[in-house]
Amino acid sequence: MAVTHRFALGALLFFGFVLPSQGAEYDVERRKMVEEVVADAAYTSSSSGSSALSSRVIAAMQKVERHRFVPSGLAVMAYHNRPLPVGYGQTISQPFIVALMTDLMRAKAGDKVLEIGTGSGYQAAVLAEIAGSVYSIEIIEPLGKQAGALLKSLGYGNVQTRVGDGYYGWPEAAPFDAIMVTAAASHVPPPLITQLKPGGRMVIPLGTQFMTQYLMLVEKKMDGSVTTRQILPVRFVPLTGGH
Amino acid sequence: MKRVRRDLIPLSLRPTTGVFPVGARAGERAASRPPFIAIGLLSACVLAYEVLLTRLFGIVLWHHFAYMIISAAMLGYGASGTLLTLLKEKIAPHFGAAYVMVAAALAFLMPTAFFLAQQIPFNPLELLWDKAQPAKLLAVYLLMMLPFFCGGLGIGLMFAHFGKQAPRIYACDILGAGVGSLGVIGVLFLMPPSQVLTALTVLALLASAIAVIELKIQTKWLMEFLVVMAALVAVAMPAVQVHPSAYKDLSQALNIAGARVVEERSSPLGQIAVVENTRVPLRDAPGMSLNATSEPPPQLGVFVDGNGPSALTQFNGDLAPLDYLDQLTSALPYHVLESQENRRPRVLVLGAGAGSDVLQALYHGSAVVDAVELDSNVTDLVRQRFRDYAGNLYARPDVHAYAAEARGFVNSSRERYDLIQVALLDSFGTASAGLYGLSENYLYTVEALQTYLSRLTPGGMLAVTRWLTLPPRDALKLFVTAATVLERSGVKNPAARLAMIRGWKTVTLLVKDSDFTAREIAAIKEFSRARSFDLAYYPGMQRDEANRYNILSQPYFYEGAVALLGPQRQEFIDQYKFYIEPATDDRPHFFRFFKWNAAAEIFALREQGGMPLLDWSYPLLVATLVQAFAASIALILAPLALSHCRRTLPSAPVALYFLAIGLAFMFMEIAFIQKFVLFLAHPLYAVAVVLCAFLMFAALGSWIGGSWLAGRWQVTKKVTVAVMAMGALALLYLAILPGLFQGLIHLSDAAKIIISVVLIAPLAMCMGVPFPTAMTRLAGTAEAAIPWAWAINGFASVVGAVLATLLAIHLGFAVVILLAVLIYVVACVALMRFA
Repeated sequence: MAVTHRFALGALLFFGFVLPSQGAEYDVERRKMVEEVVADAAYTSSSSGSSALSSRVIAAMQKVERHRFVPSGLAVMAYHNRPLPVGYGQTISQPFIVALMTDLMRAKAGDKVLEIGTGSGYQAAVLAEIAGSVYSIEIIEPLGKQAGALLKSLGYGNVQTRVGDGYYGWPEAAPFDAIMVTAAASHVPPPLITQLKPGGRMVIPLGTQFMTQYLMLVEKKMDGSVTTRQILPVRFVPLTGGH
Repeated sequence: MKRVRRDLIPLSLRPTTGVFPVGARAGERAASRPPFIAIGLLSACVLAYEVLLTRLFGIVLWHHFAYMIISAAMLGYGASGTLLTLLKEKIAPHFGAAYVMVAAALAFLMPTAFFLAQQIPFNPLELLWDKAQPAKLLAVYLLMMLPFFCGGLGIGLMFAHFGKQAPRIYACDILGAGVGSLGVIGVLFLMPPSQVLTALTVLALLASAIAVIELKIQTKWLMEFLVVMAALVAVAMPAVQVHPSAYKDLSQALNIAGARVVEERSSPLGQIAVVENTRVPLRDAPGMSLNATSEPPPQLGVFVDGNGPSALTQFNGDLAPLDYLDQLTSALPYHVLESQENRRPRVLVLGAGAGSDVLQALYHGSAVVDAVELDSNVTDLVRQRFRDYAGNLYARPDVHAYAAEARGFVNSSRERYDLIQVALLDSFGTASAGLYGLSENYLYTVEALQTYLSRLTPGGMLAVTRWLTLPPRDALKLFVTAATVLERSGVKNPAARLAMIRGWKTVTLLVKDSDFTAREIAAIKEFSRARSFDLAYYPGMQRDEANRYNILSQPYFYEGAVALLGPQRQEFIDQYKFYIEPATDDRPHFFRFFKWNAAAEIFALREQGGMPLLDWSYPLLVATLVQAFAASIALILAPLALSHCRRTLPSAPVALYFLAIGLAFMFMEIAFIQKFVLFLAHPLYAVAVVLCAFLMFAALGSWIGGSWLAGRWQVTKKVTVAVMAMGALALLYLAILPGLFQGLIHLSDAAKIIISVVLIAPLAMCMGVPFPTAMTRLAGTAEAAIPWAWAINGFASVVGAVLATLLAIHLGFAVVILLAVLIYVVACVALMRFA
C-alpha cells in the first residue's frame, strides 16, 4: 500500500496536476479536440472502413483528461491533435489515432481487453471508459509504474497494470475480447493470437514514434483462423485524380 | 572546404600588391616568422573536426548531416572573414595574442559546441508537429558554426599579418588540413569518436601553446598554462558523452528492463553496441506469418550507430529452432528453388549483418553461403567474441563471411549463385518515418540490380525484401527498377521473370534469370497460402487472387505492379503521388519518395493521420537551406552592409562572378562527395577523401595560376582556360566514372583512396584558379570591393552546400555537375566585364 502511495505521489509530482480553474479551461479545449477528431474521423472514414466514430468512443475521448497523462511542461499542448513525448523515447499517440484504434476494437461494456504497451496510460484510460476490464502491460519499468499509479489515482479501478514482457500476454486473464499492441514488435507474438477470443479483434499501429503509418486490424474468426486488414488512417489516394 | 578558396586569397594577393583583406599592410610591418607548426596543427584540428562531426551526428541522429556540417563550416569561415574586415584596425596591433586566443577558443569550443548542441532537444521526427523545432535546428547549426569561426579567424589573422610569407603559411595550412581530414579516419579506427574529440581539444591547446613560442609572445606563463591545460584535458577531462536520440532503436532497446550492453566496438564505419536482455529477450522475426506458432531462439541485438538491431541468434547447429525463419516472406526463394529440385543452392547474402539471413539459408539446406557484410567489426563479433553463442556460424565450412562492400564484392566475384539475397538492412521504424530520404544507397539502383543479375546461375534468382509501406512506395520502386533492368538486359518479356508477395509487414520481390515455370508459380502460391501472405504479382496472376489475407482498401500492390509492366508505366509513375522512378547510380536516393506536387495535399492531412506520408528529411533539408540563407546574410553580408563598406558596393559583374564561383565550387564538390560514396563504400570515407583532395589540389591550382603563370597570361585567359579544362574534365568524368567505378570497386580501400585523389586532382587544380586570380585583379583595380567579393563568395558557399544536396536529389549528380560547369561559364562572362 505504501509503495502504491509513493508511486501515486511520484506520478502526481511528475505529471503536475493542474488547478481546478485550469481544469475548466481544459474542458473547453478537450471538447474542441474531440470535435476535431470526430470531424477528421468522418473525413477519413472511406479509408478507415468505419462510417463514423461510435458514440461510446466519442464519450470516452470527451471524458478522459489527456492533460493528466502528459508531462506537466506539455500540459498546454495536451489537447492539440498531435502526439507528444512522455519520456523514455515514448509518445502519447495523436488523439485522432487513439480514437480510431479504439473504435476499430469495437469493445463493448463488460468486454475484457488487453493492452500491450501502457505508455502514459491514456489509451488504457480511454479503453477503461468503454470496456469492462482492461489489462495493460508496459515493458519500460518507470513508465509502467507511473502510468499504473496515475490510473489508480484517477480512479480507474477496472484497469490492471503490470510491468514486464508483453510477449506472452496475460494468460491468467485470457482470453480477451480485444487486444491492442502499441509496443513496437518485429512480429505479432503467437501467444497473443492464442489469447484472443474467437470473434475477437486485435489492433496494432505500425510505424514509429510520432508517425503511425498504418493500423493493422487482426480479426480472429470463430474457427480460429485469422485475417488482417491494413488501414491507412488518412483519406489519401496515391494516384492523382483517384478517389 | 571553405578554406580551399578562402585561404587562396593571400596566395593570390602577392606581397607586391600590398593588399590584404584583413589587417591591410600589417604583414609588411611584421618582421618575425609565422607560427608554421601552430598553423598546421590548427588547420588539422579544424578539418578533422569537420569530418568527426559527420560521424558524431550519424550516431546522435539518423542521417549523416554532412551537408549541414559543411554549410556550418562555410558560415563560420565566412563570418570570420567579415569580422576581420570590420575589425582589422583594432585587431592588427594584438594579432599574436588574438591568434593564441582563437586557437584556445577553438580548443574550448570543439567539445563545448557539440556538448551544447546535444542539450538542445532537437527532434527531427517532430519537425512538422512542433513549431519550435526549426528554431532548435537553427541553434544546433549556429553552435556548430562557432569552432569553424575560430578556425577561420586564426588562419585569417596569420595571412593578414604575415602577408609576405603567405605562400609558406598556405603550405602549412593546406598540409595540416589534408593530414587532419584524412588522419582523423585513421584515428577513428583506434578510438571512439568521443575520445577523438578530446584528442582534438588537446591538439588545439598545443597549437596555441606552440604559437606562444613561435610568435615569441613575452607572457611566459601563458605557454606553460596552455601546456598544463592540454595535459589536464588529456588526463582528466571526461570525454563528451555521445547520446543517441531517445527515439533511436538502441535508446529504445536500452529502456527495456534487463537490457545491457555486453560489447561495444568502434570504427569509422560505425559504433557497434551488442545488447543482451535475458528478462525480455530480443525476438527478431520481421513480419513473421500470423499463422506461425514458433518463437525465435534467444538473440542478441547488434546496433550500428544506434540503428537496428541485426539479430545475432543463438545457434548450436540444430536447425529445428530456426523454423521461424521459414515463416518470413524472405523464405520464398528457397521454396521456388526447391520446386526446381534445387535443394542445395549456392547462396550469396548481401548485408549479412550478424547472420540471420545466413541461418535462413542454412535452414533451407543451402550447400554454400557467401555472406557479405560491410563492417568487419560486425563479422568479427560473430567470428570471435560471440563465436560460441553463434555456433561458430562464420567459420563453418559451408559459410564464407566477407567484410566487403556489396557492389564491389559482386563485381569482383567470379562465382555464380542460385540465389542472391539482399537482406533487410534498415530498421522498420527508420524506414517508415522516411529517415533515409536524403541518403545515397547504391544497393538498390538499376546498375546494382544489373550486376546482381549477371552473377546468377541459369534459373537462379535475386530476392530483395523490404518493409511494407502504405500506400506502397519501396515495393513499387523496386519492382519498376527490376523491370527496367530486365528490359535493359534485352529480356523481351520482363513480366515473366518477376514475382512479388507481401505479408503484413514485409514485401519480397523475386527477379529470375529465366521465365518462371508453372511449377515455380505453384510453389509461390502454396508458400503464400500456407502463411497467409498475399500474392502481389506473378506472371499470369488474376486480380481476384490479390488482397486475400492482409486486406487493403484496394489491391494497391497488384494494381501498381500491373501498371508498371504495361504500356502506361510512365503515366502511372508520373501520376503516382510518391516518387517511384527507379534509383540509379546518378540518383541513388532509393528512399526518396517525396514529390513536391503532392506535398501540399499531404501537409494538409498531417493532423488527419497523414504525417507519415511526408518524409521528414525533406522539410529538414529545406529548413536547413532557409536557415543557411538567412544566417549567411545575417552574419556575412549584413555586417558589411551596415559598416563603412556600404560605400564600396561592388559592381554587378564582380558580385555575379564571386557568387557564381562560390555556388559552382560547392556544387562540384558536394556532387563528387556523394558520387564517390559508391566507390569508397561509405559516406565518411567519401567526405574525408574528396575534401582532402579538393583542398590540396585546389591549392596547387591556385599556386600555378597565381605564381607560375603570373605575368605570362592575362587574368581572363587564365580563368577561361581553367574553366574550359575543368568543363572538359567534368564531362569526361561523367562519361567514364560509372565504368571506372564498376571496374575498380573491388580494389582495396587504400588503392581506391589513391585512385580517387588522382581523379579529383586535375579537376580541383582547375577549380583553384578562378577565385585567387580574380582577387588579384580586384586588388589592382578595385581594392575596396575585396571584402564584398569575399563575403559574397562566402554566402554562395554556405547556401551552395545545401542547395547542391537538394538539386542532386531532384536532378541527379550529373545535372548538378553540368550546372556547376555552366555557372563557371557564366562567371567567365562576368569576369570579362570587369577584368
